[in-house]
Amino acid sequence: MIADNGIVIAFWVLAATTVGCALMVAAVRELIQAVLFLALTFVGVAGIYIVLSADFVAVVQVLIYAGAVAVLMTFAVMLTPSADRRNSETAFQAPALVLAGMITAIIVFVAYDTDWPIADRAGFPATAASLGRAFLKPYVVPFEVASVLLMTAMIGAILLTKEEEEDEHA
Amino acid sequence: MPTLGLITGYWFDIRDLSNLSRKIYELLGDAGAPDWLIWVLSALLGTLGIISFIGAVAIVNIWVERRVVGRMQSRLGPNRLGPFGLLQPVADAIKLMQKEVLQPASAPGLIFSAAPILFTVPGIALMAVLPWGRNMTLADLDVGVLYILGMSSLAALSVFMAGYSSNSKYSLFGAMRVIAMLVSYEIPIVVALLGVVLFAGTMNLQGIVLFQETYWAPMVLLQPLAFLVYFFSVSAELNRTPADIAEAESEIVGGYHTEYSGMKFGLFYAAELINAVAVSAIIATLFLGGWWMYKLDELVPGWMIYIGKIYAVYFLFVWTRGTLPRFRIDQLLNFAWKWLTPMALINVIVVAAEVLVWEESGWSAGFFVPLYIAINNLLAGALVVLFVRVLAPKFQRFPVRPRFAPEIDVPSLPAPPLMGEPRTDLPASGAYPI
Amino acid sequence: MPETLLTLTLHLEEVLSLGGVLFAIGIYLALSKRNAIGVLMGIEIMLNAVNITLLAFSRFGESPRPLDGQVFAVFVITVAAAEAAVALALAVAIYRWRETVNIDEIDLLRW
Repeated sequence: MIADNGIVIAFWVLAATTVGCALMVAAVRELIQAVLFLALTFVGVAGIYIVLSADFVAVVQVLIYAGAVAVLMTFAVMLTPSADRRNSETAFQAPALVLAGMITAIIVFVAYDTDWPIADRAGFPATAASLGRAFLKPYVVPFEVASVLLMTAMIGAILLTKEEEEDEHA
Repeated sequence: MPTLGLITGYWFDIRDLSNLSRKIYELLGDAGAPDWLIWVLSALLGTLGIISFIGAVAIVNIWVERRVVGRMQSRLGPNRLGPFGLLQPVADAIKLMQKEVLQPASAPGLIFSAAPILFTVPGIALMAVLPWGRNMTLADLDVGVLYILGMSSLAALSVFMAGYSSNSKYSLFGAMRVIAMLVSYEIPIVVALLGVVLFAGTMNLQGIVLFQETYWAPMVLLQPLAFLVYFFSVSAELNRTPADIAEAESEIVGGYHTEYSGMKFGLFYAAELINAVAVSAIIATLFLGGWWMYKLDELVPGWMIYIGKIYAVYFLFVWTRGTLPRFRIDQLLNFAWKWLTPMALINVIVVAAEVLVWEESGWSAGFFVPLYIAINNLLAGALVVLFVRVLAPKFQRFPVRPRFAPEIDVPSLPAPPLMGEPRTDLPASGAYPI
Repeated sequence: MPETLLTLTLHLEEVLSLGGVLFAIGIYLALSKRNAIGVLMGIEIMLNAVNITLLAFSRFGESPRPLDGQVFAVFVITVAAAEAAVALALAVAIYRWRETVNIDEIDLLRW
C-alpha cells in the first residue's frame, strides 16, 4: 500500500491519461492518428511502471514500445499505401463492447473481492543491477531462449517481406 | 567519498550551485513551507536553470555554426548585423516569427502542428539527467544511460509524423529515409554506450563521471573505439552533414520539413540545435569527464568546465560539417551496418574480457588503467586500418567512372554531322534551310 | 498547511482494476477493428495491461523473490516486440498478394 500523496496523485493522472489515449485509439477515424495515440498510451503505461517502482522496465518500455513498435506500425501503414486507412469497425462491434464491459466487471470484482497477501514493503531501490543478476543467475535459460526467439522473429520477418528476386539468367 | 577540496559550503560559493539552492530551501523551510512545496520548488528551479541554458544555447549556436562554417570555407560568416554578426540569431528569430505560416490544405491539422513540438521535447528532456557538478543533477536516475537512449528513439516518431502529414512526395521520401537511417544507427549507439557502461559498472551518469575521477582517465582514452563509433552514429542520428541526406536542400528540397514555414520551421531548426547540444553534453559527460578536470574543478566552477567541454564537442560537430562532403543514403546505411555495428560489437567483447580480468585478478588499478589505455588504443587503430583495407573500395589513382547500370548493348547511332556541312539527319522539307 | 489534511493511499486492487480496464479496451480493439494493424494495436494494449498486473503483484504482493515480476515483465515486452514484427511482416506480405489488409476480405481459409 503506497501512502505518499504525490505518488498517488501521479498514479491517477497517469491512469486517466492512459485510459483516455487507449479510448482515443478506438475512437479516432484515421489509422495514423490511432497509431500516434497508441504511442502516447505506451508512454503513459511507462509512467505507471515508474509509480510501481519498476524504473528499468519503464525505460525499456519507452525504448522498445514507443521507440520501435510504434515506428514498426507506422512503417506497416506506409508500406500498404492503397489499403483502407479509415480505422473502422467490423460487425463484431456490439458483441465486442459487451464482452469488454463484462471483462472489466469480472476483473474489478475479483480484484476487490479476493484477499490478497500484501507485503508491507517500501518501493524497490535501483532495480537495474538486481534485474541483471536475476537474468544471469536464475533466469539465464529464458534469457537465451528469448534471444533465439528474437533472432527467429527477425529472420521470419525478413523472409516474409522479401521481394521475388528477378531471374537474371535468360 | 572524494574530498571537496577548496569548495566551501557558503551560499555565495558558485562553484557548487547546490549551496545557493540549499540556502533558498532553508529560508523557505524556516518560513513555514511544507516539505512537498520545497520539493516541487527544487524541481522547478532546476528545470528553470536547464531551460535558460537551452534558450541561450539555441541563440548562440546559430551564430557559432554559421560563423565557424563560414571561416572554414574561407569566407566570412554573417558579419553585417552587430559586431562580428552577433545579432544574426536575433534577426533570424524575428524573421521566422513574422513569416506567414503556410499549411497544406490537405494536411491533418493536429499532427502537422504537433510534430515540431514533439521533435523538440526529447532533446530537452535529455538534459534532465546530466550532472552539472558534484551535487548538481536534476534527476539522478539510476538508469540514466538507458533514459538517454529511450529519449533519442522517440525522435524517430515525430519525424515520421512531420513527413507523413505534409502530404507531399518529397516530405514522405525524406521521412522514410530519415527513419531508415535513425533506426539503423540506433544499434551502434546502444552497443557503443554498452561498452562505456560495462567499464564504469553503472548506468548512472554521475557515477560514470565519478569513475573517471577515481581512475584519473577520461573515458575517451580508455575506450577510443566507443567514442568514434558513438560520434559518427550520433552525427547521423542528428541529421548533420556528412549524413544529412534527408534534409539537405540540394538533395530533397528539405525532406520532412519542406512544407513547414514560419515559426514551425524555426522550431525544427531550433530543435536540431538543441539535440546537437544535448548530444554534445552526453559525449562530454560520458567520454570527456563532465564537470571533472584533474582537480581544476575545485578552482573553476564545475559547470563552467562542463559548458566549455560541451562547446568543444560541438566544435567537433561543426568541424565535420564544414569539412566532409555528403554521403548517399546507401553509403550511409552501409556504413552503419557493415562498419559501425561490427566495430562496436568487437569493442563490447574486448571490454567485457578486460573488465572480467580486472575483477578477477584483483590487482590495483594503477596497473590496469594504463595497460587498458594502451590495449584499447592499439585495438582501435588496428580495427580501423583492418576495416579500411578489407571493406573500403580500392584506392584508384586514376578513378574510373562509377557504373550504376549493367552494361547493355546500345545500337550505335550514326555520327552527327559537323558544323558547316549539309545536315543529313533532318528530314528534307521546305521548313528550314539546310 | 497541516500535513494530515490529505492522506491518499494506493492499493493493489486499484492498480489491478486499471489493468483490467486496459485489458478490456485491448480486447475490444482486437475484436472489432477492421484493419489488421488495428487488431495488432489491441493486442499490444492487452500485453501492456498484463505487464501492469505483473508489476503490481511484484510491488505489493508477498513473495520470497519480489523482483521476479519485473523479470517476467521484461520477457513479455521482448516477446511482444518480436510478435509485432512478425505480425506486421505478415500484414505486409498479405497486402502484396491481395491489395488489402481488411480482415473481412482475407477469408481464404473460411469453409
